Amino acid sequence: MTVEEIIMLAGMAAVTFLIRYILLAVADRFSMPPLLERALYYVPPAVLTAILLPAVLLPQGYWDLSLNNAYIFGALAAVAGGVIMRRHTLMASIGWGLAVFFVWRLIF
Amino acid sequence: MVEYRKSTEFIAGARDTLPLLLGTAPFGLIYGTLAVTSGLSWPAAVAMSLVVFAGSAQFIAVSLVAAGAPVAIIVLTTLVVNLRHMLYSATLLPHLKKLKQKWRIPLAFWLTDEVFAVTVSRYRQDDDSPFKHWFQLGASLAMYVNWQFWCLLGLILGSRIPDAGAWGLDFALPVTFIGMTIPFVKDRATVVCVITAGAVSLMTGSLPFKLGLIVAAVAGVLAGLLVDRAVSRRKLLKQAEEES
Repeated sequence: MTVEEIIMLAGMAAVTFLIRYILLAVADRFSMPPLLERALYYVPPAVLTAILLPAVLLPQGYWDLSLNNAYIFGALAAVAGGVIMRRHTLMASIGWGLAVFFVWRLIF
Repeated sequence: MVEYRKSTEFIAGARDTLPLLLGTAPFGLIYGTLAVTSGLSWPAAVAMSLVVFAGSAQFIAVSLVAAGAPVAIIVLTTLVVNLRHMLYSATLLPHLKKLKQKWRIPLAFWLTDEVFAVTVSRYRQDDDSPFKHWFQLGASLAMYVNWQFWCLLGLILGSRIPDAGAWGLDFALPVTFIGMTIPFVKDRATVVCVITAGAVSLMTGSLPFKLGLIVAAVAGVLAGLLVDRAVSRRKLLKQAEEES
């Protein structure tokens, strides 16, 4: 490992940890306003959607709304599977999504 | 009266991440293969997974190494790409603030997208288990060990793995994230939140360093909050009408 690599790793580790930790470090010193706490309720669905939707509609970094884009049809199947089998959403989404995705790739 | 146990929570946390372990596997493999070809040394590639533990930041870092980018740029990019994690710790804050720092520090270190999504659901269940942080610990450790394994395997197999993108293995991300999102969509406010975040993420996709992600997340949260307010105001009005 070179010195440069060590500096890079130390820097990356430090910024990543601080981002994840800083609010927790000072948590005792402030109480959260109710409105903010209410807002945080929406963080998980908002962030997760913002990560996944571009990965489906712009899989190679550009818009692809064609029949060839198996990502779209796999994603639709994942949504359907997850909604229908609400008790096992995660497994259903992964199972249905991947199945349709790979079959779609074979066909188109 | 239910008896809560640390071990039960810990095991449940690890168990609930099982599907996600599979979902992250292709990314560990891809990271490993990218790292090998980027010119990063073996020990540094392994150490990055161990001390940074952030999939997308690691991806971008090895691409920057391959492109010969200076260290300062790589660290700065890492900062921006991981900014969303601050939203996560803010969201978990009400649940974690009663813990000692010796708990908060490791849980913060392991706070990734997947761990967050799985554990926030556990914290929000309305049973009063005092050991929900053990659930998070179980989820964290499972994800951490799993990530090391697949990264290492990717490094070992190196360039022998055919292009994982061409295989479509990267589709594991959207499907697992869809599965993680659905349980949060329960009412009109969360539906509007998800639609807004999705639409904005598509419009801001061209912003560098995944900044569009933050913009989209904030837009989604605000939209959800607006609907939330409107719905509760309407409820209050209705109540007042009925009473008068």
